[in-house]
Amino acid sequence: MGVFPFLVVAWILAVGLYGIVTSRHLVHLIVCLIVLQSSTYVLLLGVGYRAGAAAPYFSDIPRRTPAVDPVVQALALTDVVVEAAVTALLLALAVQAYKRFGTLDPQELVQLKG
Amino acid sequence: MTPDLLAASALAPVPAGLMDALQVTILVLVAAGAAVVVKTRDPVRQVVLLSFYGLLLALLFLAFQAPDVTLSELVVGAVLLPVLLLLTLTRVRRREK
Amino acid sequence: MKPRQRLWLFLVAVAGLTSFYLWGLVGLPGFGHYPGPYGDIINRIAVGQTNATGVVSAVNFEYRGIDTLGEEFILFAAATGVAIVLRHLRGEREHQPTEAASPDARQDSPAVRQLSLLLTGPMLVLGWNLASHAQTSPSGGFQGGVVLASSFVLIYLAGQLLTLRRLSPVDVTDAVEAAGAAGFVAIGIAGVAMGLPYLTNFLGLGTMPGAVSSSGTIALISFFVGIEVAAAFLLIVSELLDQTLLVRQETS
Repeated sequence: MGVFPFLVVAWILAVGLYGIVTSRHLVHLIVCLIVLQSSTYVLLLGVGYRAGAAAPYFSDIPRRTPAVDPVVQALALTDVVVEAAVTALLLALAVQAYKRFGTLDPQELVQLKG
Repeated sequence: MTPDLLAASALAPVPAGLMDALQVTILVLVAAGAAVVVKTRDPVRQVVLLSFYGLLLALLFLAFQAPDVTLSELVVGAVLLPVLLLLTLTRVRRREK
Repeated sequence: MKPRQRLWLFLVAVAGLTSFYLWGLVGLPGFGHYPGPYGDIINRIAVGQTNATGVVSAVNFEYRGIDTLGEEFILFAAATGVAIVLRHLRGEREHQPTEAASPDARQDSPAVRQLSLLLTGPMLVLGWNLASHAQTSPSGGFQGGVVLASSFVLIYLAGQLLTLRRLSPVDVTDAVEAAGAAGFVAIGIAGVAMGLPYLTNFLGLGTMPGAVSSSGTIALISFFVGIEVAAAFLLIVSELLDQTLLVRQETS
């Protein structure tokens, strides 16, 4: 259990990158990007975890209870919401690319000269 | 004292070995889910699988004692992102009708 | 470059990336052996200093408040970007949405409609609860905001597209989003006006940790963040919804 979560992070990263490189549809590419971003949340929370500790909310446990790291949880929390909005911006760009060029294939879009 | 379901479930006394087994199981499922989402080529099917993947991630975050991140990931991954993706797919399919 | 060559180049690159990552992993303490010190320090002093029992929200809006301000403005910029990118191009006209006329509406499932209708109210209440209780339990502005936004999406899923448009006209949603962002900034400026550093917690901290009225500016900031996030996502969803109703002008 020592490094297994971090190996899973590397796996998700590699799989997401593979999906982006071999994608034939812009929306498929964006979904692979979402999977890639999720690997960073797992990494953040994995770094902050302490075995046998509780969640850092002290409303019903005594204040000296060992708890996991709250700073990485704060980072991951804002991360999740903000990257959803950035994904929406990417989707808007994909819609405009479709309207302009008529195709959503990234390998064909490279060859168009506008 | 505010009873809160998520905080209570994250704090429920569970033997250490059981929590380890739970985390390993969900990690394996998440790794498999990521591979399946990437391998699917049809975007509409991918969106459905993405919302299952979001649910698995939310369970993983809960097992990592992070109820706040669970809440965000649950709503974003299972509701908002699939809705945005499906609206985009509707828009790019209208031409082909 | 042919797809085959691209794939081989990618495999080489990802092998290099993974080997560097594993090399860096060797230096980390194992999973579950958190070395500290910042997490432990914050857990020890946060409840005493801010009277907030939700330490993650205290970190978000108090100890790392400027960082959260920056992230909130990333969201603001992304919502503005979506509105700009999806502006109507010349020659596009919008056909008026009618509920029963579109062929998709007839294939709609009554189960989805009724379930969405039933769940809209509870989701709204849950989102409001989450956005206004940042200091007590796992809640906070960001979670509450996305739950509020998804309660509006449920209105659309219940088949009431016209109701959704009437409930969230673009000007009002824009104004609410701007008010949320400006509120956060204004709380910081109010601190400066009193001669304290920006974003100092200047409101009374309350008597009991974890009460609804305790923790000073944390609850207030979280409320503003909640309405900003909800309005931003509602704006994004409405923009994309509008796109599905656009019809390009037929070339003569």
